Amino acid sequence: MEIKISVKNLDAFYGKNKVLHNISIDIPKNKVLAIIGPSGCGKSTFIRCLNRMHEVVGGTIKGEILLDGEDLTKTDPVLLRKRVGMVFQKPNPFPSMSIFDNVATGLRLNGVRNKKQITPIVEKCLKQSALWDEVKDQLNKSGANISGGQQQRLCIARTLAVDPEVILMDEPASALDPISTTKIEDLIFQLKKDYTIVIVTHNMQQAARVSDYTAFFYMGKLIELDETNKIFTSPSNKQTEDYVRGRFG
Amino acid sequence: MSQSVSKKEKNNFLKRFFPSNNFGDFIFERLTWLFALSVFLLVILMGYEMYEGSKISIQKFGLDFLVNSEWDPVQEIYGALPIIYGTIVSSLLALIIALPFSIGVAVYLAEVAPPWLEKPLSFLVELLAGIPSVIYGLWGIFVLVPWIRTDVEPYLSDKLGFLPFFRGAPYGFGLLAAVLILTIMVLPIITSITRDVLKSVPRSQREAALALGATKWQSTIIVLKDAKSGILGATMLGFGRAIGETMAVTMVIGNRALISPSLFDPSYTMASVIANEFTEATSEMYLSALIQLALVLFVITIFVNALARLLVWSMDRKWKTV
Repeated sequence: MEIKISVKNLDAFYGKNKVLHNISIDIPKNKVLAIIGPSGCGKSTFIRCLNRMHEVVGGTIKGEILLDGEDLTKTDPVLLRKRVGMVFQKPNPFPSMSIFDNVATGLRLNGVRNKKQITPIVEKCLKQSALWDEVKDQLNKSGANISGGQQQRLCIARTLAVDPEVILMDEPASALDPISTTKIEDLIFQLKKDYTIVIVTHNMQQAARVSDYTAFFYMGKLIELDETNKIFTSPSNKQTEDYVRGRFG
Repeated sequence: MSQSVSKKEKNNFLKRFFPSNNFGDFIFERLTWLFALSVFLLVILMGYEMYEGSKISIQKFGLDFLVNSEWDPVQEIYGALPIIYGTIVSSLLALIIALPFSIGVAVYLAEVAPPWLEKPLSFLVELLAGIPSVIYGLWGIFVLVPWIRTDVEPYLSDKLGFLPFFRGAPYGFGLLAAVLILTIMVLPIITSITRDVLKSVPRSQREAALALGATKWQSTIIVLKDAKSGILGATMLGFGRAIGETMAVTMVIGNRALISPSLFDPSYTMASVIANEFTEATSEMYLSALIQLALVLFVITIFVNALARLLVWSMDRKWKTV
């Protein structure tokens, strides 16, 4: 099993407040890792460390995060975020841009200006995110004038356009209806062929459905990491078992 | 049976007049409603009063008032074109100069400045907006105008004198001084509203851009694009402030009804004319013409401000639908 990201002894802070305690995880390539745990357990903070968005809101970290063996805490965050894309909890398309431009923005930020180059990539990404058939006749419509589920798939297409290696998803379906959720989950299943995916979720069924591995976080600590099957059938830790059985959280 | 029906009717009757079922609430509701209504009535009433007061002048000059360029109280000929021209030109130029600065300051405050610096700086900007305009005027007379006379105008006519805008005698007092004063006065208004507008763009927009690998600069550009309509609104509020500004402008603009391409020449604005001449307006027609001028200013100001507010509000609404 090839390791894409290796996190070693990671501590994360907001000011003096320590929110992650000594996390070490190996994230395997082209698999889906789900991160579960009760609210406030540091799930989101953890994945925001992986593309250094944690520091955007004033957080700091200690420890090592290796992306393909290279310590990402020492690289340029702008370049890093092109390799490690992110989909947020609340769909956040750019409302002042058309659907087309929303997807094309990532390319333009990478210096691709040629419309002939951009158009096929936009189409490909919208197809990959299973949105193409719904929006192909209205690519000039504002990115905010489509349904929430469509907006989220648009955000995924936008992330794909940058051609990242890793995609982080922070509760990507928690603001969506069940049908949109199913679409997003199918999409994750498709995407893992080409990408390494880390998904934070509140929804344990979702974790069980989409992921290959599951990590259980509690109070800023990694309690257990194992194959998803094992976590949900025979976890080795008592706290994990209580959580997945719904006894707390 | 009949008793209960009558009771019901009585309740309905009460409900119609006391919809909130509570007498105190009812009084409170109606009282505040009355206060709110009085603001609205005041505007209507002022407009009506001005229309009444300017009736003689409107009847005599009609639309000629707006296009005739002679303002001659001795012969009782009133054409406001140079005054309207002076008002619009001084305000527009001030806006053109102020806008890039304002956006720069607002971007710094909203996007770049650390919180410990942002608060006091924003406070200072708002303080700048609250300085009485006569103080700006005084500063204009004793600092700005001499500086323009001895340094700015000679320099401009030397280097750019081939343009019609920079010709003529360097008096100091004139359109240029008024433009610069107005620039300083509208800067804090546009800045503070633009800052608010930028801050109303949710953080998720910036994060979306950053997560795509945007630099701080690129994410700011995206935020500015989102805030376009709000910034336009802020600019128009600045415009509303500039065309109505009286004291400071009157003190430095030179006060002559003149249409000249040169920024060095004196000019006049509607507000200055009214402030300067109402004491001399002894004839009925003169007074009426001044009131008509006020009416023109009133209509322009209301129109500009209403449009500006609509644009700023549309920003807030936009984020509720995303």
